[in-house]
Amino acid sequence: MSANTEQVSIEEKPAEEKPAAKPVAKPAAKPVAKPAAKPVAKPAAKSVELPAFEKNISDKIVEKFGDKIVVSFVKENRVGINVDKENVHDVARFIRDELNYDHVESVSGVDYPKDKEIEVVYHIGSYSDPSLASQLIVLATRAEREENPIPGKDATKLPTLRDIFYSVEFHEREVFEMFGVYFTGHPDNRRLLLPEDWADLPPLRKDFAIKGR
Amino acid sequence: MTPENANVFIGKLGDILEKAIDTPLGYAINWGRIWSLWPVHIETACCSVEFGAASSPRYDVERFGIIEAFGSLRQCDLIVVQGTITRKMAPRLRLVYDQMPEPKYVIAMGACAITGGLYFDSYNVLPGIDGILPVDVYVPGCPPRPETLIQGCILLQEKIKRMKARKFV
Amino acid sequence: MTNEFLPPGLALQKADERIMTLNVGPQHPGSGHMRIIVQIDGDYIVACDPDPGYVHRGEEKMAEYRNYITNIPHLERPVIHDSCNVLYPYVLGVEDLLGIEVPERAKYVRVICSELNRCIYTMYWLAIYGIFLGHSTMFMWPAGDRELLIDLMEKISGARVTHAHFVPGGVRNDLPPNFEEVCLRQVNYFEKRIREYAAVFYDNPILISRTQDTGVLSREDAIRLGVTGSVLRASGVDYDLRKKEPYDVYEELDVHSNVMKEGDSYARSKIPWLDMLESCNIIKQALEKMPKSGSVRVKLKPNPKGKGLNSVYKRVESGRGSLGCHIVSDGKVEPYRLKLSVGSFRNLIALPYLLKGEKLGNMPSVYWSLNYWPVEADR
Repeated sequence: MSANTEQVSIEEKPAEEKPAAKPVAKPAAKPVAKPAAKPVAKPAAKSVELPAFEKNISDKIVEKFGDKIVVSFVKENRVGINVDKENVHDVARFIRDELNYDHVESVSGVDYPKDKEIEVVYHIGSYSDPSLASQLIVLATRAEREENPIPGKDATKLPTLRDIFYSVEFHEREVFEMFGVYFTGHPDNRRLLLPEDWADLPPLRKDFAIKGR
Repeated sequence: MTPENANVFIGKLGDILEKAIDTPLGYAINWGRIWSLWPVHIETACCSVEFGAASSPRYDVERFGIIEAFGSLRQCDLIVVQGTITRKMAPRLRLVYDQMPEPKYVIAMGACAITGGLYFDSYNVLPGIDGILPVDVYVPGCPPRPETLIQGCILLQEKIKRMKARKFV
Repeated sequence: MTNEFLPPGLALQKADERIMTLNVGPQHPGSGHMRIIVQIDGDYIVACDPDPGYVHRGEEKMAEYRNYITNIPHLERPVIHDSCNVLYPYVLGVEDLLGIEVPERAKYVRVICSELNRCIYTMYWLAIYGIFLGHSTMFMWPAGDRELLIDLMEKISGARVTHAHFVPGGVRNDLPPNFEEVCLRQVNYFEKRIREYAAVFYDNPILISRTQDTGVLSREDAIRLGVTGSVLRASGVDYDLRKKEPYDVYEELDVHSNVMKEGDSYARSKIPWLDMLESCNIIKQALEKMPKSGSVRVKLKPNPKGKGLNSVYKRVESGRGSLGCHIVSDGKVEPYRLKLSVGSFRNLIALPYLLKGEKLGNMPSVYWSLNYWPVEADR
């Protein structure tokens, strides 16, 4: 897990730089924010410029889970949360039951061969609560990555969120075939888009090279 | 009459019959085929949008004797491959082609159907359909305009005009 | 390979006296580019399993090998008749990554193009819906009338359907001279024309009897399944990203989102038509408010790069609903990962749910009313 937290801190740098420039969104303000020395100026920028509503949401999650989660970024309309695969189920349940988010817009896998991990990012939105209509929670969790994957039979596994958000059903099937991340507890881990006789690596992994490139 | 002479006579008779009957008959058959090309209703990718536009009122491909896509394979004689063929679609496309009755013609529509086009380096796309189907006319474009498709159909009609009507004479 | 990973068509089906398995598609007038495996008991569908992927071209993998500018042409191919909208979130995301501010006039041009494309897409959708229901007039009318707007887009970008007009930093070209007058005239005629569809199609008793109360999706289920766009709004959820999360200049325009309560095929087929009328309204407002002159494009450096490891998720309201683009950049000229979260793919999940217990004859109307474009869903 140490590798995980390290990666998170790397991600934090550019993400936190964003809110400094974002809410102002005027061309005049941009050049000022940009040349600021990268590693030093961040903590100050964070405390000043975070959008209040989004900060409130992230605070609620931090209050409940404490060290188990890491808030990776707080931007306008987006709250990014990184969580271990052991806790992703609980966090998702909290997001649905307490924070009124009700559907998943997108599930994207991202392959990080250097960290030997595959990240799965859920973008969770809300239809039923009008105040959250423009908000998305970006819930990211990481699964172990195998060098020689046997999809479904190796250690690349995550708990499914289908019992919490029904709408992830097809998205998780897609991530399974494209990255080889098996979702334990998913009732229907079949192939979706690829041809039936696909026997190669899952195609969106970084070590799958397309021809001529 | 010796047997050799008889053979020569029969051979000549065959030629005469072919010239006298088969050529005009073939012309009539081909004429019938030209004005009733029925395409199969199989969409394979995004070129189907322009294929649909070709049968819209503005372009109206029906005035050239090509009706809009038709459902039943057994009554079709033209297959317009409308764009990218993926590895999942390729066996199905061949299956569709095999089920059509003779004579049958193939138009490869769009850059993807000709060479793979924009998707030349995709992992799931065939580099052109020549490998699985005998193509009669290539219609270039990404996607081809409906006019281009109509021109391709007219070229196919020209080609059919010069074809032999029957394969076994 | 175990049975678990076999595709549905190749997995062994249990032979049964009552239950019959039917493959609808990929070569079928009522399927499009996909296969729907239905199990029927007499005339009633007991189970349905959609099998997409016949047009899966690996756009997301290809995007990792092309830079931010050369990604534009192939990313609009999933929905060539809605090509401006499908590029929109990508362009917004790249602008966010690169920190570009777009000129005011370019934003208005984008809105006009986007609304014109929404109409072009919806007219094609409506034409196919007419065919699916055996209503030939409803193929001919929309297929002919959409050419009016295609002409307008051709004037702007030079291509009939694949415009590649949106680029990071604005739009590729300025509007042609006299465009405002021509556009206003065409759009006024178009609006008058599509109002006539009500008489021939939406008030048609045959259509009403075929689509009303079929495939009913309740409000709770629509939220639970996470459907989007016209499907969601037909079930009574007022959720339109042009209003809820306005991008570019939608804040300054008066956008009305159409909502119906019924949630049946009829409501789902009527909402896109109402949206087209709304689009005409938006185009007229945008033409009025647009700055009459000015730059439409910020010149970028060749091979622009994102800053460090960064990710962005932008979404717009396309013809099929919310269309999101998740870009992860690692500071190189190519995106590290690009994911398109498309409305069609999200609406597909409702298909098995809606078809259960429906008659087989209602399958085409329910399927196409989901506003589903298979090429987009497969990417």
